Amino acid sequence: MLSEADWVAIGLTFKLATWVTGLLLVLGTPLAWWLARTQSWWKGPIAAVVAMPLVLPPTVLGFYLLMLMGPEGPVGQLMNSLGWQGLPFSFTGLVIASMIYSLPFVVQPLQNTFESLGRRPLEVAATLRAGPIDRFFSVVLPLSRRGYLTAAVLGFAHTIGEFGVVLMIGGNIPGTTQVIAVRIYDHVESLDYSQAYALSGFMVAFAFVVLVALYSFNRRHPSALSGFGRSK
Amino acid sequence: MTNPMSLELRLSHSVDDFHLNLDVKLPGQGVTAVFGHSGCGKTTLLRCVAGLEKANEAFIKVNDKVWQGAASFCHTHQRSLGFVFQEASLFSHLTVEANLMYAIKRAPRSTEPSLYRSILELLGLDALIKRMPDQLSGGERQRVAIARALLIQPDLLLMDEPLAALDFARKDEVLPYLERMKKELAIPMLYVTHSMDEVARLADHLIVMEQGKVLASGALTDVFSRLDLPLYQRDESGVVLTGEIESKDEQWHLAKVGMGGYHLWVQDLDYAIGQSVRLRVLARDVSLALSEQTDSSFLNVLSGVVDELHSAEHPSLILVRVKVAEGLIIARITQRSMRHLKLAVGSRVWLQIKSVALIQ
Repeated sequence: MLSEADWVAIGLTFKLATWVTGLLLVLGTPLAWWLARTQSWWKGPIAAVVAMPLVLPPTVLGFYLLMLMGPEGPVGQLMNSLGWQGLPFSFTGLVIASMIYSLPFVVQPLQNTFESLGRRPLEVAATLRAGPIDRFFSVVLPLSRRGYLTAAVLGFAHTIGEFGVVLMIGGNIPGTTQVIAVRIYDHVESLDYSQAYALSGFMVAFAFVVLVALYSFNRRHPSALSGFGRSK
Repeated sequence: MTNPMSLELRLSHSVDDFHLNLDVKLPGQGVTAVFGHSGCGKTTLLRCVAGLEKANEAFIKVNDKVWQGAASFCHTHQRSLGFVFQEASLFSHLTVEANLMYAIKRAPRSTEPSLYRSILELLGLDALIKRMPDQLSGGERQRVAIARALLIQPDLLLMDEPLAALDFARKDEVLPYLERMKKELAIPMLYVTHSMDEVARLADHLIVMEQGKVLASGALTDVFSRLDLPLYQRDESGVVLTGEIESKDEQWHLAKVGMGGYHLWVQDLDYAIGQSVRLRVLARDVSLALSEQTDSSFLNVLSGVVDELHSAEHPSLILVRVKVAEGLIIARITQRSMRHLKLAVGSRVWLQIKSVALIQ
């Protein structure tokens, strides 16, 4: 049913989502940690900026990114002066744009899980002579595994479904920037409904399987924190 | 080790409108209880010692190491301490054994298998080590937390009301373990509590705190025989006495405890002659008479001289401290009885003691 070009788009989409999710989990962790712990005045504005992609139309995001990364934009000029390839219509550009687009879907679950962790597990670890980095890997990470799973699934799924930003910044180059959503649009544009059905059905099935897996995991592991009393 | 171990605490710390201010030197051995009502700053004091809170101004010295000075601050993970929190603090993602291994891996010295075994045995954990924390009772969790704090091999063990979150039965389950720990381990402890019973059973040294200040600091028996502290404004207050089993009355299953110039009879619970014991005589269980009554059921009758009088928590009551040989015993009687007997400092009285609690 699915053509070879469809499979190329599927492969590209998953490759993009894997990169974006991986990078966001790493880079989103310190940001989410800071948001969960800070008393700073900056918490509100920064949290708002992180949440912005939830509200803005993807085309707005894509437009600004295009202006920023295009040959006339500051990032584009910097890249040019370093002799690097331009970001628009490249896979790297797509990764960067998708990271911004999916940022809240990764940062917010992480922030929630860090907030619900409380101070106590970290204090306990400190009294057991664990330094800050040791505390993160031996206590925070394992106790936050559910939050990480949620963040990864949401970030991945959301990246797979993106369309507007890709169209603005990536265009429609098979094998480089043509992701599933864009390819479905192509099929519809060319009135190739059977191909559009097939690819859309694939997406529906994928989304359903992922969400069922996530919810059943969350039911089996209700809370990684049940052993901790709340500190007063 | 040439220097005797010691603990020096000078702290000045303000949180909102609460001020903690103290300057004490504590012995570097045995159990020092920090006693006070909730809100007196005892937990904040412990957290400052641990470095979990940074006191505004402090000098904290444990043995010969300065944990916090004018310009130095050692982070919690750099201090050689163990900490037992009030509520369950086990890592819920790790088994009991893995919780203990967490400490063993990070201890500054390698853990001898014999030490590990003796701590498991001391706290009765052998049957629990494969379990997850959510499969343990509150008392069991606290025992694991104590074992974990011991396995880090600290210079000082800090305990923040370790029994307060447990119900009465669970407290009784854990207390004997703490008593064994005190007896068998040489590690100094700072033990925060608002329970007179725990203080009487565990402490060697006592700090009494109120509103961020230290009211008294000294050997347990000395502080407990002071009338001017809020210690005696409670029903369960009484002196703590230490003595030695001198002889036994096999016929009546009693043991005679000698203590500085006088003795008390207690139930014989298979004591060895020469064994040292700690007794507690509640002030409400002591009555006074002007002559020796031979036709009463009191087993312990002592003679002494009134040494100090002090008002009690209720206007109908008064506290009377009586010097018996070299010791002090406190009685709580009514103001009316005092008038009736015309008691004053220097009066000779007979103490009739209704019950003596053996606490160690």
